[in-house]
Amino acid sequence: MGAPLVACHECDLLQREVPLPAGGVARCVRCGAELYRDRPHSLDRALALTAGALLLFAIANSFPILGLALQGQVINATLYDTVDRLWDEDMKPVAALVFATTIAMPALELGALAYLLAPVRFGRLPPHFALVFRVLQAVRPWGMVEVLMLGVLVSLVKLAHLAGVVPGVALWSFGALMLVMAALAAVFDPRALWDRAASLAKAGAAR
Amino acid sequence: MSRADFDLTTAAQIGLLRCHACGQLSRAAKGAHEARCPRCGAALHLRKPASVQRSWALLVAAMILYVPANVLPMMKTSSLFGSQSDTIMSGVVYFWTSGSWYLALIIFFASIMVPLLKMMALALLLVSVQRRSRWQPEQRARLYRLVEFVGRWSMLDIYVVAVIVALVQLKALATIQPGPGAAAFGAVVVLTMFAAMAFDPRLIWDTRDFSHG
Repeated sequence: MGAPLVACHECDLLQREVPLPAGGVARCVRCGAELYRDRPHSLDRALALTAGALLLFAIANSFPILGLALQGQVINATLYDTVDRLWDEDMKPVAALVFATTIAMPALELGALAYLLAPVRFGRLPPHFALVFRVLQAVRPWGMVEVLMLGVLVSLVKLAHLAGVVPGVALWSFGALMLVMAALAAVFDPRALWDRAASLAKAGAAR
Repeated sequence: MSRADFDLTTAAQIGLLRCHACGQLSRAAKGAHEARCPRCGAALHLRKPASVQRSWALLVAAMILYVPANVLPMMKTSSLFGSQSDTIMSGVVYFWTSGSWYLALIIFFASIMVPLLKMMALALLLVSVQRRSRWQPEQRARLYRLVEFVGRWSMLDIYVVAVIVALVQLKALATIQPGPGAAAFGAVVVLTMFAAMAFDPRLIWDTRDFSHG
């Protein structure tokens, strides 16, 4: 039979899987798209980063991002305040968009990752594994924490002309969250997760 | 392409379907209307269904909304000294003249150039696929990858409006309200993202793969 087949997700070309050196990347011979990548200790690292990201996400959403100091008063706004304010200003679709891309989708992404990784890492297959995996894949393009971060920095400069701007705790947490989520995207390996889940399912069936 | 072109086989040519969610290959069942991935249960398609039509529809909607997104105000500022409306372009000009030229460039690229280039790139990809073009498939594949990667950065201006509106609410000094341009702009970003997702990059290669067989 030989090595298992993979199809390129961008040009559909069938290729034989090749073993990779540590940290190596397999690319499609025709279109150059990444087929798969060797990600050492993927499950451990992804789980650790997910735990860190969840913590940062909780902090980032509970504290103000920015404050505006004017006449001895400081007005603070958390991320949710910005959504709330847009909703009150009758910009409901925009409020929904901000809520979805910065709060709901990242929360779903991290929640799904924790739900899948934690039990599998410790040798148990969680119920509805496949469904949660599909939710994770659908949600991933819509989380935009890194774009939000840049947006907050631009507003910071814009507001600095008006009044004193006080960076909030959440600004730093969002910065850290952005880095942790980028690292998470780099270490998370769906193939390793499926391989592990498949062997767990087999062991479960044999028992 | 050279010799290698002859021993290239795609999954579709031998009746294999690749799951878009988990990557699993499976054999297409004959006459089955709704195939499901045996591993993760996602719906399987040889190619994304009605890819070109759906992508065009979303793209045309985005192109139409791009006009109000740029013409209508993103923010309305009212203070003791009168009121002022800011479009995306006037925000760029404001940063440019006030000396923050790097911010002017970031906003200009993220909010004006990226959506425009993204829509042009998608239109080019769609037209080339419809004309069954064999022109530069590697370059077109690269263009599609780029479109998928940069599209999200256009959301920048929406977040700027959200943060500023939430903070500047000093009734005595000034109030800033979001303008209708923000809704149109958000719609452009979301519609172009959906249009890029609806497009199936494998169509770029299909003219090559299915012309002599």
